[in-house]
This record gives sequence, structure tokens and C-alpha cells, in this order.
Amino acid sequence: MVTNPLGLDDSSGLTQPPSAGDIFVNKSFKALTAFFTWATILLLAYIVFKIGSEALPAVSKYGLEFLTSTTWDVNEGKFGILPEIWGTLYSSLLALGLGGFFGIAIAIFLTQDFLPYRVEMVLKNIIELLAAIPSVVYGLWGIFVLIPLLRPMCNFLNTNFGGIPFFSTSLSGPGMFPAALVLSIMILPTVAAISQDAFRAIPLKTKEAAFGMGTTRWEAILRVMIPTASGGIFGALVLGFGRALGETMALAMLIGNSNKISLSLFAPGNTLASLLALNFPEAGNHETSVLMYAACILLLITLLVNIAGAFIIAKTGSGGK
Amino acid sequence: MTDNHCTLPTLVRQPFERRAFISYVLSAITILAAVAACIPLFSVLVMLIYRGGRRLSLEIFYALPPTAFESGGGFGNAIVGTLFMVGIAAAISIPFGILAAIYLAELNPHSKAAQIARFSAKTMTGLPSILAGVFAYATVVLTLGHYSAWAGGVALSLLMLPVVLLTAEQAIIMVPRPMKEAAYGMGCTPAQTMIKVTLPVAMPGIITGVVLAVARAAGETAPLLFTSLFSDYWLQANEPTASLAVLIYNYSGMPFENQIELAWTASLVLVVLVFVLNIISRAIGQRKK
Repeated sequence: MVTNPLGLDDSSGLTQPPSAGDIFVNKSFKALTAFFTWATILLLAYIVFKIGSEALPAVSKYGLEFLTSTTWDVNEGKFGILPEIWGTLYSSLLALGLGGFFGIAIAIFLTQDFLPYRVEMVLKNIIELLAAIPSVVYGLWGIFVLIPLLRPMCNFLNTNFGGIPFFSTSLSGPGMFPAALVLSIMILPTVAAISQDAFRAIPLKTKEAAFGMGTTRWEAILRVMIPTASGGIFGALVLGFGRALGETMALAMLIGNSNKISLSLFAPGNTLASLLALNFPEAGNHETSVLMYAACILLLITLLVNIAGAFIIAKTGSGGK
Repeated sequence: MTDNHCTLPTLVRQPFERRAFISYVLSAITILAAVAACIPLFSVLVMLIYRGGRRLSLEIFYALPPTAFESGGGFGNAIVGTLFMVGIAAAISIPFGILAAIYLAELNPHSKAAQIARFSAKTMTGLPSILAGVFAYATVVLTLGHYSAWAGGVALSLLMLPVVLLTAEQAIIMVPRPMKEAAYGMGCTPAQTMIKVTLPVAMPGIITGVVLAVARAAGETAPLLFTSLFSDYWLQANEPTASLAVLIYNYSGMPFENQIELAWTASLVLVVLVFVLNIISRAIGQRKK
């Protein structure tokens, strides 16, 4: 073994090659980190596999009819989740409309020089704190504050404009609209944060060029800034949608858990996540498998939406440079 | 000006000129939207202090939950249960996440395994929390045959892991290259460089991520609903276990005034806990700059 290949003077004893112990520690450390890296990958695969395999009995028994039938009756052994799929998509789209509008408005407000820097930072932190409040607290707030507040307004709309399908029922308590409203509050911080990143990634020169041509502030925002940041904003909306699809507690507490498909904003409904939350604790063996099937569908929808969102953001470099 | 025939347009924008007017209106709408978005936060906070503050006393921290028509009581067992389950989740996800992050950020960042793992972690951040509960139910509850604090902890760890992993990866990447190179230049092995130089420098960033993950896990309800369930008694790790979040959910649907008041007070305690954790993580994150 060559101990001193370069022929340097190491008689001082200050330089030594790593000892056998050092090399052993190094190798095992590397192996340990590689192990946990693989464990991360396998964990996700195992989650998908486990939920899928638990659902298998129900999948083979009910097949695709499960997705298109509308009754959920444990005693008769009839299960269908069409109303839940409808409720999940309807509530998430409503929340996306509201939360998306407010989220993007806030992102514009915080990045387009409306405020001094310090105020911007304070407001940014307040919006981030909205995301920190646990969803069960929003649910509690929705039950005791929001619903009593909304009920007179909703019932006024119902009595006067009941002909419009959206207002065709009265709000007797929990319902789609309060649930979607709380959901929109919950996805607003996600949309606002990612859109802000998209706006901040635009080089200052782009804006200067627009102002230099004599645009007003909003002509610059609408014709230059938003189109430039559109990739990031779109990704933000898709990720917000993904969050809304999987949100559980606020919806389980506010949506009313009724197995009906209705276009009315004030009618109770149900979502996949809240179906799981409500039926799982008391489910027997057979129903558990059916619920696992529903969990599979939810997993599939959210994975697709989230991967699409991540892909869009990666593709556009979050600022569309 | 009247001498020559062209008049210079005034360069000051007239407020009621069409273009300027549209701009002002849109600005007003934006400001209103931003203010409106802050209303829910303040409403939640005010209601928490107003309705939750009424019952705030030492009793709620050591008493057990009341039965249906009983007055008084507290939720000491739920606080202990939340801390215990978040502790289990942290014990699983912190070493797991940081070790994987080291591999992703430093040891082999461009390998196929690292890329797939990064993608898996990003996908897991979007995993609905209820599905973490479904998974923990299928693996832990069905295997052990009963609901337990362990199952709840495992469910929460699934939600903490991607947050810890991705923030730790960023924190390690942010450590200046020359510092790592200096360590290598002195003959350190990669493991020694990581443990003696890179990790200590990256520590504030890693802790920020860990604290954020803990804050998120403390407020989660859905994964606990059918893994740890709820209990009216003090913590026993192999039995169903109470948590603040599930207590709020259960009590919010009860027809008893006492329970509803306790739900508000529990919310106040939970939100204070989560906010304090958030502020700590921000303070640490700010100091490193």
C-alpha cells in the first residue's frame, strides 16, 4: 500500500489519511442516508399499494358501478359515491373560484408596489397565519359564527330568487355554500403564496419597460405582469384545487353530509373526505373495504391534480421566464 | 403656448380620464379584496378569545372531560395526548426526513433515487390528511387489532415527513459551498464534513422546518379520527387516546352548552400553541439571515 503517493513531507504527523474507522463511519453514514431516501420512495408506493389492496374486495364486488350509483345503504349492502364525487368537485370548484380570486388579488396587492415594504411584510405574515389555523377550528367557527351569519342572507336569496337553480333551497343549517366559503379561506394562503412567488420572479425591467411606454398601473398589471406570471398563477390554482379536494374536517363539520346531488348552493351535500371521516369510525369489516375503495378514488384524484400542479410550476419556472 | 400651433398634452394624469379611472377602480377592488381576506382571521381570533377565554382557567389543564350533563371539567388528557402523539410523529419523521435530505441535498443529489425521492416527497405534501389516517388504520390499527396512540403518531408522521425532508434539503443546499470545500480540503470524509460543518450551519433552517411540521401535526384532526379515536381518561399508549383536535370536533356537534364552551376553549389553546410554534420557527428562520 502506498501511504504517501505524492511524496509530500508528512513527518510532522499533522496530515494523516482517514483511519479505517473514519472510512467505515463514512460508508455506513452514506448507506444510512441512501436507505432513508429509498424508504421515502417505498413509503409512498406502500401507501398506494396498501390502500389499493385493502380496497380490492370492494373493487371486485362493485366495480365501476360504485362510481355511478347514488345510494349508500349499509343494511342493504348498496354503495355508490357519485354524490360524494360531485360534492367534492363542486365544493372545490366553488372554493377555487372564491379563493383564487382573493388569493390572486392579494398577490397583486402585495407585489405591485401598493404598500410600503414593511406593511407588505406584515400583511404577508397575516395571510400566512390564516394557513396555520387548524381546519377543525375553522369548522367550529363555521358552525357557530358563519352559518348563523349567512342564513338570513341565503334564505332571502332563496325566497326572492328561488327560480335560479343555485338558490333553489333554503339554508337550514350546514350546506354547500358555508362549506365552500370556509374552504376558500383555507386555500387562499396557498394560492396567494405561490402567485406572489410568480410575480416576484418577474425581472424589474419588464415592469419598467411597461411603465416607460406610458401604461397605467393596471394596464401594466393586466397586460404585462399577469401574462408573464400566468404559469405560476395557474400552478398555484391547481395546487389550491388539490388542497381543497383533500380537505376534510371543515367540510365534515359544515357540508351537512347528505347523500344528494344538488346544484343549489344552500343544500347539504357530502364529499369523499368527509364520507371517510364520518363513516370510518363505526364501519364494519365489509364497509371498511368499501370505504377503502372511496379512499382510493380520492387518492387518485388528488395525486393527479397535485402532480399536474407541480409539473406546471416546474415547467414554467414559477415565473415564466 | 398659443404662439405655436401645437399644444403639449399635460403629463399629469387626470383622475377622471378613462384609463386612469379604470386603474383607480381596480386598485380599490384589490384593496377591498385584501382587507376582506383578513376579516375571517380576525373574526376567528376575536371569537376564540371571546368564547374560549371565558372558560380559561387552571382547571381545564388538569381536569378530565365532563360527562353529558356534568358542569365544569377540562381536557388535560387531550393536551397530554396531543403532545404524546406529536412526539411519536416527530421521533419518526425527524431522523427519517433529515437523513434522506442529506442524501438528496449533498451526497448524491442528481442520482435517479434522489430525483424520485424528491418527487415522492413533493407528492406526499399534497396527500390529503384523511388518507394518512386511512393508511395508518390499514397498517397499524388492523395489525395491532385496536386503536392506539401509536397509530395516531404514525398517521401524523406521514404528514410531517415531507415538510421536514424538503425544508432540510433546502437548508443543507443553502450552506455556502466554500465551507464544505474547506472541510473536504482539510481531509474530512463526506460524513465528517456533513456532521461537523454542514449540519451545524444548516441547523436553523432545519429547525424552522421541524417546528412548522410540528405545528401542522398538532392541529390535524382527520388522521386521528379513526387511529387514536378519543378517550375520556388519561393517556395509555395502547388504548384509544384523546387529542385536542378530535375533542374540538366531537364536542362541536354536542347539544350541551358545557361541551361547546370547552370546544371553544380547546380551540383557543390549540391556536395559541400553533401560533407560538409558527412564531418560533419564523424567529429562528429570520436569525439565520
